[in-house]
Amino acid sequence: MTHLSAELVEKCKKVVELYPSKRSALIPLCHIAQGQNGWLTPEAIEDVASLVGVSPAEVRGTASFYDMFHLEPVGKHVIAMCTNIACMLAGAYELLEHAQEKLGVSPGGTTTDKEFTLEESECLAGCDKAPCIQVNHRFFGPMDNASFDTLLADLKSGKLADVVPPHGVLIRIDREHKRKVNYEAIDAERVEIDAAIKERKLKLEAANNATVGKDS
Amino acid sequence: MALTTFEKIVSKRLKLENSYTLEQYLATGGYDGLKKALQMNPEDVSAEVMDASLLGRGGAGFPAGRKWSMLKPSPVRYLVVNGDESEPATFKDHELVERDPHQIIEGTLIASYALGARQAFIFCRGEFALGLERLEAALNEAYAYGAVGSDIFNSGFSIDLVIHPGAGAYICGEETALLESLEGKRGYPRIKPPYFPAVIGLYGMPTVVNNMETVSNLPWIVLNGGKAFASLGEGSSAGSRLFALSGHVNRPGWYEIEMAKTTFRDLIENPELGGGVRNGRKLKAFIPGGVSAPWFGPDEMDLPLSQDAVAQKGSMLGSGSVVVMDETTCPVRAAWRISKFFSRESCGQCTPCREGSGWIERIMHRIEMGLGREEDIELVLDACDNIAPGLTWPPKQTTICVLGPSIPSSIHSAITMFRDDFLTHIKEGGCSYDGKIN
Repeated sequence: MTHLSAELVEKCKKVVELYPSKRSALIPLCHIAQGQNGWLTPEAIEDVASLVGVSPAEVRGTASFYDMFHLEPVGKHVIAMCTNIACMLAGAYELLEHAQEKLGVSPGGTTTDKEFTLEESECLAGCDKAPCIQVNHRFFGPMDNASFDTLLADLKSGKLADVVPPHGVLIRIDREHKRKVNYEAIDAERVEIDAAIKERKLKLEAANNATVGKDS
Repeated sequence: MALTTFEKIVSKRLKLENSYTLEQYLATGGYDGLKKALQMNPEDVSAEVMDASLLGRGGAGFPAGRKWSMLKPSPVRYLVVNGDESEPATFKDHELVERDPHQIIEGTLIASYALGARQAFIFCRGEFALGLERLEAALNEAYAYGAVGSDIFNSGFSIDLVIHPGAGAYICGEETALLESLEGKRGYPRIKPPYFPAVIGLYGMPTVVNNMETVSNLPWIVLNGGKAFASLGEGSSAGSRLFALSGHVNRPGWYEIEMAKTTFRDLIENPELGGGVRNGRKLKAFIPGGVSAPWFGPDEMDLPLSQDAVAQKGSMLGSGSVVVMDETTCPVRAAWRISKFFSRESCGQCTPCREGSGWIERIMHRIEMGLGREEDIELVLDACDNIAPGLTWPPKQTTICVLGPSIPSSIHSAITMFRDDFLTHIKEGGCSYDGKIN
């Protein structure tokens, strides 16, 4: 029994099939898994691990490198406020200050009603709309205090539910087409290549061992 | 110089309604480039790209044709498109992926055909949720249309394409870190040599990594010929390029401009482009090519937007993003914020970058907060010198990738150009620019 819903597991399996190596699907699968609870729960990490054939520690260790993956619970809406150079020049820190007062949390904090998590983020590539922010990775900008307040109200009332899905839901379009190319042939070639890589590795190890022997 | 008029290459659809749909794409000449390419020999397609003198649009500006020619012969080769746009103040790929995803797909397919790749990956920055959805929808349409998959357009050529979402890490824009990330690992840049993934790339196979804007130029180049592309611009800066303008200008935005024919002054002041510095204020400084680039002052305004001209003056066009800072900008604060970015985004593998970025950020922060000491200026420069010895341009490297050596650029510029501002902060115990910079 998986923690992830049967539907998400099915989606994950399709994504795994797209890559020459299962492990390559690790990050896309973490995104899908994060869509279920809004953050990567330990159980979701275990499911991803078994789907890509690595240990849960490997998945956690990889996911922790990336800003988009949350290993702790977050609010329904994660507000990322860019304060990098272009937004800073347009008053991003003043906006962040306003947001902190309005929400009653510091960057990294979640409101008690679990509605909002506030983050200070690096450049989001929306510099022509500075200061810009993202809510669950959907763009808004240029922002000022008033438009921020309106945005909060709209998010809370569900008015923007179509535009801003709950946190974790990233890509709402499913790929419709399986791999079409003759992968049997490529797989056969890959077996050969893997064998060659293995052989090279063994040789390198042998060479290293020989050097170690000499040193001692 | 003045603004030249020319047929827009990568941005022609960006302002059209529903520009991201197959219907609109086909109505505006979409997939014609791919169809033409499939009737040519792959070598001839590569030759056109070589003739175009197309420089990579990601930041390093390496000639795309030469990158292709270095690809080692192998039964399995990969093409990876780098759309992990994260250099602060750069937002051109963001526009391309949201508004013209089919053009990226077509460019990727043309490159795959020329390179003999049977599988290609479009690595798109994870934060571009809308872009990822449009790209995935466009890919579905492209498969149904017969442009991707087996025996595309009855050419005998088969190709699969995968849209791969990133997960938020600046370093994954570095091509070997990107490949690690694509293999499902932490985004640690790989040790060089080999310098190019063209030798050992994805899964150890020969791989070409091209920027999203770079491949977006390919449909036009195939249709109109490499020579037509090279006839735009000047010298090594051929063709046109998307420049991202932000900061204190009246009209921030992206502008496709013929390279080398237009100056920074045109970009910032021309009423059709930047429209001048905001509120009629004076320009203090500008960043010519992303925050990894050394800054320029008003004296360099008349430099052309050419890779060589900017390099000669000790900076770079980089990712094509220009940030304008007016006279009310505190240079200490600006440089501090940039150092904070690098400190946060250092992957942590190399000591000079991991430790140095943190030290620099903390020293810069205390100067900005009015807690600095007079010797801090030399101290921060010394830390910079340990990351990029000599503080030359281009910087000397002490680390696996170029993130580390990019850290000193803005600090060194700010101190060289505005040392008095640093001294004022230190002597008066605070920022002289009231903190509210608009």
